[in-house]
Amino acid sequence: MSLLDQYAEVVGPAMIDHLAQLAAPLQGARVVHVNSTRVGGGVAEILGKLVPLTRELGVDAQWEVISGDQDFFQCTKNMHNGLQGSPVNLSERLVQAYETTTERAASLLGARLAEAEFVFIHDPQPAYLLRFFPERHGKWIWRCHIDVSHPYRPVWKYLRNIVGGYDASVFSLAAFAQALPCPEYIVPPSIDPLADKNIDLEDAELGAVRARFGLDPQRPLVVQVSRFDRFKDPVGVIHAFRLALRYLPRLQLVLAGGSASDDPEGDVVLQEVRSAAADDPDVHVLLLPADDHRTVNALQRCADVVLQKSLREGFGLTVTEAMWKHRPVIGGNTGGIRLQVFDHHTGYLVSTPEGAALRIRHLIARPDRIAEMGQKAHNLVRDNFLITRQLREYLTLMVALLHAARERIELG
Amino acid sequence: MTQPGGQYAAPEPDPGEFAVKDCALIAIATGLRAVTLGDLQDHLRVVALESLYYHFWGGLLQQRFEPREYNNDFAEWARHALHYAPLAERLAVLDPTDHPDLGDLRRELLDRVEESLYESEDLGWMHAIRPFEFIRCQTVVFDTDRRIRGPDELADVIPALPPSSLFYHFIDARRREPLGVDDFRAWLQGWGPDRQALIDRLSGVDPYEGGLNELRASLVAAFTGGEGA
Repeated sequence: MSLLDQYAEVVGPAMIDHLAQLAAPLQGARVVHVNSTRVGGGVAEILGKLVPLTRELGVDAQWEVISGDQDFFQCTKNMHNGLQGSPVNLSERLVQAYETTTERAASLLGARLAEAEFVFIHDPQPAYLLRFFPERHGKWIWRCHIDVSHPYRPVWKYLRNIVGGYDASVFSLAAFAQALPCPEYIVPPSIDPLADKNIDLEDAELGAVRARFGLDPQRPLVVQVSRFDRFKDPVGVIHAFRLALRYLPRLQLVLAGGSASDDPEGDVVLQEVRSAAADDPDVHVLLLPADDHRTVNALQRCADVVLQKSLREGFGLTVTEAMWKHRPVIGGNTGGIRLQVFDHHTGYLVSTPEGAALRIRHLIARPDRIAEMGQKAHNLVRDNFLITRQLREYLTLMVALLHAARERIELG
Repeated sequence: MTQPGGQYAAPEPDPGEFAVKDCALIAIATGLRAVTLGDLQDHLRVVALESLYYHFWGGLLQQRFEPREYNNDFAEWARHALHYAPLAERLAVLDPTDHPDLGDLRRELLDRVEESLYESEDLGWMHAIRPFEFIRCQTVVFDTDRRIRGPDELADVIPALPPSSLFYHFIDARRREPLGVDDFRAWLQGWGPDRQALIDRLSGVDPYEGGLNELRASLVAAFTGGEGA
């Protein structure tokens, strides 16, 4: 069965027809996506399926990854944090490492990028590539997955000089967009319903995961899945858990995070989280391999309620994943979480550990409410946040770029 | 054709086939953000007219869990971000199809904003709890190659028409020259007076009430002549 057929079973054949119609004017076009890791993080996960799906529609899509040394990733991590508002130091040494690593990548990727009709550059890591392709053939698009609504200005100033040269940019929310000379498209990201992280699992597999981590199936469980990153506020989650524990003494908490090769800060934050958890047997801090998607899937399905108490968030694909599994989400009132968590419908938006604790108490006491909100959450994701919707918007964007700034494009 | 009794039936009108089209919208940030009503007024003066189109019609493509309270994003912002109900109510009654073009709609919007600014000096500087983000969109329209030969076949097709296709034919069509009505009524008018009752029922379908799924239900009811039409 082709990939398109498999997706048709989830989203319906009309959506697949829609994709085919949009892809018709792009037949044979060379499209290259570039990021900096093949595993770990939402970007890599989605590209792993988006690219083959695009190919099945007759578009020649490829995925390239640039690699770098510790200084390169330290620089891009600092950029990432700076774009999300943290005052960070981009030293000359780190910037030099960033630029020379990118130059090396440019020579390796050479003709593939120069000759492509469309190049999607994901996030800041490969953004500098543009500088090395002054004679490029196609349209270059900078796809920013980060909330850059309040960036640390020196970092944004440096990056703006680079990304301002692209033919278009893409942000997950209008609120994330900074002034740029190119058109700024708004495309929320998505999840893949057929990926290991999201497919249905047998009860036996859920039971095995509970047993592996010592989780009691008879007791309520709240779960947060995210990288060990201060912007995800894992310590705040532990605080919320302890506040709720006074009223729900049987409550259990899982904080599960993978590691990504482009995140050098993860270890430090993990130690902070372990320290905050102390030796509490009901707080399970799990460092999972970046590709252990089935375990993440199982943990989300084992949860009664899922938390994503981020202080800053690009989009929050872990929220989308949990909602796809019929789980209401208690999410930080920030970034893309606001686009998914409709207060009192698909979950609750909170601003403090106290707010999260209040909502945990409320939901754990009302299983019928969990079921009702979980169904709404699933429907919201089905209609808006699956990979097919994102692909539809990328195809629309490419067709739109072929027709310059025209407001309305009539095909066929 | 001769009917029993020797009378000739009038030939069936032939307005041609109905071409089923579909569309995809992609949103583009304009970079204009209003935090106060004064900002909104300033930006309304200069923002691209397509942005007004997006903020009046684009919301219909968004997911909703409750009936849409206001029929455009400006009214919704005035009520829930600026907390000024009188302006929200005045903006909510605006119907873009009452205006010959979007430029005229822009003038009407500005009139109503200015009216509120005259009423309350505070409104000019009071901060909304979230900014109004001006968005515009590009629309790609494509032919599905599906053709409908008669009104009965159209009635059969409506229940399965994708939301984006419904949007194109029933909502987007209203801003297209020269008729300024939805594509269904425009086509049915070519089928002679027998279809007038159906056209009248379609005229009574409010495109602003609810989302596209509710709109589909209303259209199905209109085609079958049932309740809710």
